[in-house]
Order: sequence, then structure tokens, then C-alpha cells
Amino acid sequence: MLEVENLSMRFGGLLAVDQVSLDVQEHEIVSIIGPNGAGKTTVFNCMSGFYKPTGGKIRFEGKEVQGKPDFKISRMGMVRTFQHVRLFGQMTVVENLLVAQHRHLNTNLISGLLKTPDYREREQKSLDRAAYWLDRVGLLSMANREAGNLAYGQQRRLEIARCMVTEPKLLMLDEPAAGLNPAETKELNQLIVSLKEDYNVSVVLIEHDMSLVMDISDRINVINQGRPLASGTPDEIRQNDDVIKAYLGEA
Amino acid sequence: MAAKNFGHAFFCAFITLIISYPIIGFNLEAQGIDVTLTGADTTTIVLVLLAALVVFLFQLFRDQIMGALKRVPMPSSDANKEPMAENKRAKIESWILTGIVVFALFWPFFVSRGSVDLATLVLIYIMLALGLNVVVGLAGLLDLGYVAFYAVGAYTFALLSQYLGISFWLALPIGALLAALFGLVLGFPVLRLRGDYLAIVTLGFGEIIRILLNNWTTLTGGPNGIGGIPDPTLFGMEFGRRIKEEGNTSFHETFGIAYSGEHKVIFLYLISLVLAVFTALVIRRFMRMPVGRAWEALREDEIASRSLGLSRTAVKLSAFTIGAFFAGFAGTVFASKQGFISPESFVFLESAIILAIVVLGGMGSQIGVVLAAIAVTILPELAREFSEYRMLIFGAAMVLMMVWRPQGLMPMRRIHIELEKQE
Repeated sequence: MLEVENLSMRFGGLLAVDQVSLDVQEHEIVSIIGPNGAGKTTVFNCMSGFYKPTGGKIRFEGKEVQGKPDFKISRMGMVRTFQHVRLFGQMTVVENLLVAQHRHLNTNLISGLLKTPDYREREQKSLDRAAYWLDRVGLLSMANREAGNLAYGQQRRLEIARCMVTEPKLLMLDEPAAGLNPAETKELNQLIVSLKEDYNVSVVLIEHDMSLVMDISDRINVINQGRPLASGTPDEIRQNDDVIKAYLGEA
Repeated sequence: MAAKNFGHAFFCAFITLIISYPIIGFNLEAQGIDVTLTGADTTTIVLVLLAALVVFLFQLFRDQIMGALKRVPMPSSDANKEPMAENKRAKIESWILTGIVVFALFWPFFVSRGSVDLATLVLIYIMLALGLNVVVGLAGLLDLGYVAFYAVGAYTFALLSQYLGISFWLALPIGALLAALFGLVLGFPVLRLRGDYLAIVTLGFGEIIRILLNNWTTLTGGPNGIGGIPDPTLFGMEFGRRIKEEGNTSFHETFGIAYSGEHKVIFLYLISLVLAVFTALVIRRFMRMPVGRAWEALREDEIASRSLGLSRTAVKLSAFTIGAFFAGFAGTVFASKQGFISPESFVFLESAIILAIVVLGGMGSQIGVVLAAIAVTILPELAREFSEYRMLIFGAAMVLMMVWRPQGLMPMRRIHIELEKQE
């Protein structure tokens, strides 16, 4: 469903991403790994429309999306999280989820003022969806707390829930396990697998936690210094000499 | 203890002296065509020295004074109070608000004409501040030229009535919509700017409108302004002693009561009250609607909002346009109340005062903004003897507020949403 072809991103004299290609099929978890500064997040930024790539093509469900505005890409069903949690800190947890459902709501000002039946119905539906996902990530009891006051692990889960209420087809997670303890990482592991299994969402994952990556990925792409180094199944990657030298390290 | 503060205290006292003496101590006196510099009389010098002494002593014993102050219990500490249940609080709040509005409806019939006139002005400021609250408090866009939209509303009514003879009730929506249109047109190019840059551009826009009004003499009369703006009518009934327009009847004759100038003042007050309540209710609904949440989300984190599919331009434009709309509303009422408008009424200071109301009241908080609007408009009237020091007191109040209650009089409170657990 997603094809990235020879993606390049140049910042002045620096070629941050050089000819990276990857593809994601439906119902698949694909990981991008590589040393710090390899250009993983830059690839994400290009895919989600925050950067306009200087070369290459990105196709989502057959449509070219490179250079499209970020909010349009997100509306097509390609939603991302961030390396550093980006919640609306002063808004409550449930409000965070309602903002994300903007697309599903009746945003007509007049019908909102008059509380037309359609407006109420959609509002109620999005509340239900928010409640469902809060329950799913174990935050229902926190619904009316300010998001900024949640513990770090909870904020991470809320960010994923916030993506999921938009009903995406492809979820892009940028280091979702960063800062989590082993127990929380395990929960995350189960959550991501269930997103794929139960909700039929494809996932692109950037992560440094190798046990998580090796456990849940269907395929892995390795990037080093902006260039693709290897790609394949977790077993192939684990045995790849180049990858071991550049990133995994020799045991 | 005190010794270590001595140097600092001495320095502060010295600064007080060198700042205040030239400002207060010297006078420029005109004698014929010459201007001579005269020193101050003894009392002023004594006062300046006394002020320096007070500063010196305060800084010297600062630790002790501040320590003593801390022991005084804070009146507003609600730390040990049990928080009220959410729905109970909301119920009480809405009862109190209804009570206030009902009281405000009957109040003008028992007080002097001057008070009602002042109250009308307060209500106009409330409308303005509520509108600006959307732009600054909710959407987080610093707008320093808000008064421009106010001017658009006022001049729309003035010009329409002068050239086309359009009445207040027709001009009200036209003025508001035209102001909103200005907001939209201005918003398009400038909303990609952020923070300080946006503030400067809006500041410039405010000045452009004022200068345009000042110089386009053929249309706006320039600094002479426009007079003879008609009063609002009640179903075709005029409030003047004599009927100005054909087909209208006069209020006092219809009801068979003696003519009184107060009728008009009270009627204007009631119109402003209705419009202010309307403004507050509409914006309150907006805050709970998707668009209101989008404003806040964009203020909190623009990148995250965009990644969730919110269009930055659309959200910001809506805030800007809606803010401008209510400024146009207020402008039309203002023109009708004054009967005469000139560019004098739409200077930058007005923008600053409206912004100060929003900041003092608490960004995003409607009740806080209303309270602040009342305080900022009425206090200068009550303290007329100190009118020379008005801006000084105003500034001091701002500084103190920022120290004690940086979130404003009534910080914004989040609306709790009841969720049912999924089966």
C-alpha cells in the first residue's frame, strides 16, 4: 500500500537521505532501524509531508503524495507519532482524542450552534470512539485529566490512541518505546501486534529497542548514513554482516 | 542580616532618585515664546527624597518584610478546600450567571443616566474582549490591531447611514460581516507568520485602517469624523423627542408616556446587553465545538495538529474571522451610542486596552474576561481625581497581576466530558 522509491532529501550541502526505497504491504509491520543520525526520522518527515523531498517518489495506495501538505496526507489515512511525545498538554485526555477526529465530525459552524441531529450524532460517535480507545490503552479513568499531567508511559499510549481514533490505514511510529520500562515495552509490543491483527492497520516503526523490533517486524529496513544498507526479514538482518558491523555490533 | 543588603538598598534608592527627580522635579514653563526650566518647589523635593528613603528601607529589610508577608494567610488559597463535584459546580455557575443577567436587565431603571451610559460602554468592551479572547486566548494568535475591525464595524454603520440611510438593525449584521471579511482578507497572507511577526503585522494593519480613515476625507470626513449617526429604533419607534424619519412613530407617544432622554440611553444599554450575552453564548458554544478544540490544539502544538489532519490556515482563519466579526458587532453599537465617530476613537491604545482586558481576565476564560472588562472600564471613572496617573496605576496593576496571578483573574477551566464505559 505504501511504496517509497529512491527517496532523497538534501538540506543545503547535506544529503540526509540518499536513494532510500521501501515498501509496506497491507497487514504488515515494517521497521526502519539504523544508528542515530542515519536519517530515519527524515524519511518519516518526508513520508508524512513535513518535508518536501528533493528527489524520489512516495506512493500511498497508488497515489503520489510527495510534496503534498501534511494535513492532506494525514487525512488520506497515513498518521504518525513523534519521537518526543507531542500531546496537547493543557487539554484533557478525551479532548486530545476529539481533536484528532476532526475529520469525522460535523464542523459546520451553524449546525454546531444549533446542535442539529447530525451534529449530535457525530459528536456522540466520536465520544464513543474516544472512550473505546481510552479503554483499549488503559486510560479510561484518566479521561478528564490534563494530558500534560500523565506519566510518560501513559502519554505514549495516549499518542497512539490519538492516532488510532483517526482510523488510519497506515500508522507510523517514531521510537514508541523510547523512555519506557521493560514492562511497558512489553505492553507496547502487544498493542502494536493487536493493531495489526485486530484493526488491520499497517505499521511502519522506527525503533532502537532490538528485542521489540526483531519480535514484531515482518520486514526490516536498515539505513546507515542516509543510504539503505540492507532489508529483509528479522532473521536475515540478524545475520547480515554489514548490519552487524554498522549497527548491531558483534556479540 | 541587613548589612548584606545595604549596598543593594543604597543602589536602589539612588536609582529611584535619579529617575524620579528629573521627571517630577523639573518643570518646563512657557514665558512668552521662551521655555524656561524651573526647579521644583520644596515639597516635591521632600517627596522625592522620601520616596527614595522608602525604597532604601524596603530593600534593606526586604527579607524580614517578605517573610512577614508570607505568614499572612493568602485569601485565595483553595488548596485545602474540597473540590466541588463537576456537575454541581456547573449548575451553580449557570444559576449565578442567569441571576446576573436578570439583574442587569432591571438595573438601569433604578440608577442615573450616567451610570447606564457607562455600563453600555462596559458592555461594548465586553463584546470586544470576548471576541479578542477567541483570537488571543484560544487560538494563541497575538493580534495588536484588533481595534481595526472595531473601526470597520463603526464606520460601516456610519457610512451606510450617511449615504444610504440604512438603519441600525440592518447595519448591525452588515458591519459585523464586513469586519469578518476584513479579518478573512487580512488573515490569508499573514497567518503563516508566527508570534512576534504576526503581532507586528496586525499592529501595522490597525494603523493602516486608522490612517486611511484619517486621510480619505472625501469619504470618511477625515479627522472631522462622521456625525448624525441615527439611534437604534424599536420596531420603527424612535426615541427622540421628534421623529426624524418618515413612517416612524415615537416611543413616548406610542405608549402615552412623557418624553424622557433616559429612554434612549436605557434602550441602548439593553441592546448592548442582549448583544453581549449573545456574543458570550455563541463563543461559549464555539469553545465546545470541533472548531474551538481545533483552535486550542493548534495553540498547544501546531505540528501535532497538522499531523492529525488539521489545516493550519483554515483553523487560524476561522479564529481570526470570528474575532473580527464580534469586533464589528461592537463597533456598530459604539457608533450608534456615540452618534459621532472619528479616527480618534480607534487608536492603538484601544487595542492595547482590549488586549490588557483579555490578559488580566485570564486567557480563554470568559467570566474572567467579563470581570476584567468591568474593572478596566469602571475603575478609571471611579478614580477621576487620579486621572493623570491612570496609565501608571494601570501599569502597576498589570505588573502585580503578573506576579500574583499570572494566569489572570479567573484562569480558564476545562470542560469535563462524561464518558460511558464501552461494553
